[in-house]
Amino acid sequence: MIQVKNIDKGFSGVQILKDISFTFEKGKTNFIIGQSGSGKSVLTKCIVGLHEVDNGEVIYGDSVFSAMNKKDRKEIRKEIGMLFQGSALFDSLSVVENVMFPLRMFSKMSKSEMRDRANFCLKRVDLINKDDLFPSEISGGMQKRVAIARAIAMKPNYLFCDEPNSGLDPKTSIVIDNLIYEITKEYDITTVIISHDMNSVMEIGENIMYIHKGEKWWEGDKHSIVTTDNKEIGEFVYASKFMKSLRGKL
Amino acid sequence: MNFFEQIGRFFLMLKLAFTKPEKGSVLWGSFITEIYKIGISSMSLVAILSIFMGAVIIIQTDANIDSPWIPAYTIGFTARQSIILEFSSTMLCLILAGKVGSNIASEIGTMRLTEQIDALEVMGINSVNYLVLPKILASVFIFPFLVILSMALGIAGGGFFAVQAEIVNFQELTYGLQYWFDPFSITYSLVKTVFFAFFIAAIPSFYGYYVKPSGGALEVGRAGTKSVVISSVMVLVINLLVTYFLLL
Ligand SMILES: Nc1ncnc2c1ncn2[C@@H]1O[C@H](COP(=O)(O)OP(=O)(O)O)[C@@H](O)[C@H]1O
Ligand SMILES: [Mg+2]
Repeated sequence: MIQVKNIDKGFSGVQILKDISFTFEKGKTNFIIGQSGSGKSVLTKCIVGLHEVDNGEVIYGDSVFSAMNKKDRKEIRKEIGMLFQGSALFDSLSVVENVMFPLRMFSKMSKSEMRDRANFCLKRVDLINKDDLFPSEISGGMQKRVAIARAIAMKPNYLFCDEPNSGLDPKTSIVIDNLIYEITKEYDITTVIISHDMNSVMEIGENIMYIHKGEKWWEGDKHSIVTTDNKEIGEFVYASKFMKSLRGKL
Repeated sequence: MNFFEQIGRFFLMLKLAFTKPEKGSVLWGSFITEIYKIGISSMSLVAILSIFMGAVIIIQTDANIDSPWIPAYTIGFTARQSIILEFSSTMLCLILAGKVGSNIASEIGTMRLTEQIDALEVMGINSVNYLVLPKILASVFIFPFLVILSMALGIAGGGFFAVQAEIVNFQELTYGLQYWFDPFSITYSLVKTVFFAFFIAAIPSFYGYYVKPSGGALEVGRAGTKSVVISSVMVLVINLLVTYFLLL
């Protein structure tokens, strides 16, 4: 479980996040949704500590992460896996080396144990016989899979996914969404997914927060989001013709 | 950001770089990789440059010594001094600042742009230490060897050309090359080189690391250009300072 309490964040005088509170539940897919530029990535970076919050608290389990020093944070960081928008695989390392990277950095495993663990993770994301290829040699969907494998290599308790579907075709998007969902259930982890894609929300969303211009406007599950009478959220949910055609039927 | 803020940030980066690495074995692995990327891959460039410039320096020296009162061995002597004191250290490092510098800036800048640096930080890795330290160490370690290689090839290549083109005969040449040789001239060059090497790795790392992700590929290109300009100026400044303090 991750709690954020009354978070404010600004850059050089411009306030981006205003008084955001939310609870990301364990064993569930928690979504942060909202339009581009609404502050989803900034919020996520505040939660993982890539940005410092101006006010408020970030709490992992019962540890107040935002008040910790670098050394203590490191222990929590080892429990965090993160999937970045552009995959953020290390270009100079092969597929299997990318997955082994956190193990090589932090575990005391032998080389063959690392390789076994990496292969297990790659198999879990259905990527086999691609070990020695480089990130530039595989498709965007495969890169996402490698990034997921790297994120789960250290058996994290928290998984963050920043727009896991960006740049993917609809079919691959659904495969990746379901993979994230299965992993969340299988390992009972707290998963946080940033998205502006209603398809993903309808596919796997369980606990959803909607942010608008840096403020939390709404929270709930996917059943209630399609029936809310809030005008802005309605416009977001029913932005596409396809969703419009389903209005009232969901 | 003004000039002084940038300098402050540069030193903060160095402080982060020179901390204890996560794992010694990982640093060692990166160090070896960087020696290859920075040093070994520059060897052919160094060789070609040195041989050609060695030959040109000999021709220049000969062309400027027309008086019958100046002995022929002066050619070997003067060429040796030019190559050891300035060409193989300062000029070569200026050229390497371009090659190595733009390489480092674009590599680290791209890692910033594609969130690879964020990925390291989220894992709890000191990304400056992981990325920048091996580059600085490898550069400081390998540059002196490149300079020695350049000295040897510059003198050998120039000498070979001079004898073939009958600018000077072999006896006069070797006499000139050994005439009044002070090993301190090599020490002086290598001391300069170590300073050059440090900044040729550190400055591009700095500009690459602090690329603004919102600026995109354009910003990475700009970081490359800026770091080559600044590190070249830095080479010239250090050259003046070290020369002033060691030779005066
Ligand atoms: N490092 C930063 N410095 C200044 N402004 C930033 C920074 N990161 C994001 N912003 C601004 O914060 C706002 C929210 O951005 P972001 O969280 O990336 O939106 P999104 O919801 O699309 O992920 C944008 O206006 C963006 O320009
Ligand atoms: Mg974003």
